[in-house]
Amino acid sequence: MMEPIRKKFLFVMQQAPHGSCYTQEALDQLLTTAAFEQEVSVLLLDDGVFLVKKGQQPDRIDSKDIAPVFLAFELYDVQRVMAEQESLQERGLDPSDLLLPVETVPRARVGAVIACHDRVVNG
Amino acid sequence: MKLAIQVNSGPYQSEGSESAYQFVRAALRKGHQVYRVFFYYDGIDNAFRYALPPDDEKSMVSRWSQLARKHDIDLVVCVSAAQRRGLLCREEAERFGKVDSDLADGFRISGLGQLVEAALEADRFLVFGG
Repeated sequence: MMEPIRKKFLFVMQQAPHGSCYTQEALDQLLTTAAFEQEVSVLLLDDGVFLVKKGQQPDRIDSKDIAPVFLAFELYDVQRVMAEQESLQERGLDPSDLLLPVETVPRARVGAVIACHDRVVNG
Repeated sequence: MKLAIQVNSGPYQSEGSESAYQFVRAALRKGHQVYRVFFYYDGIDNAFRYALPPDDEKSMVSRWSQLARKHDIDLVVCVSAAQRRGLLCREEAERFGKVDSDLADGFRISGLGQLVEAALEADRFLVFGG
């Protein structure tokens, strides 16, 4: 039997939640990729760091709550969630403001993180 | 080289679909293989059969259809993104008890699994638009 192909995917998420259906569709693609038993990592960049901010009240604007999806990442074997350090700082966020533990990556290292993945999905 | 392409923006939203189209043409001219073009997010707007721009404007929909016909390229539209935005092929519309047939020639509707499969199968995976 042929060995299944397993590649390292990096999802670079750059948009804040609830402004469009971006989040839902980006997460659908990410979870489908994980369901294909690929190695999935996430890099939150720019306004993308807001995706995992604690205390969102999406019901106030009839938007879907995305927190449960991020909290279920472990079940899907999405183990590495990174956030760019400067993106957090520029928006006044601290890792303790976030829903889940993230690995902070300084801007100077982002290129190296991208380079060590086989497939990069940006959006 | 075998290429897989993801298109995330519609014809009137950003340069994304135009850039993807020009890239695909250039790649084919250079002898590369385009394994699949997958339309996601507002990229599904590239597949609306009844998009009818004025005669003196380009039509991205017919450009993609022609490209598919000429080079036998697999153009796949994401089913969930398409349903959200009201793009239904005839069979799908019937399944929902509706009368509709929006899908332009050369496109087919399928799931996100086809995108993952293309990304794995190809030597290079490129994302356009957003």
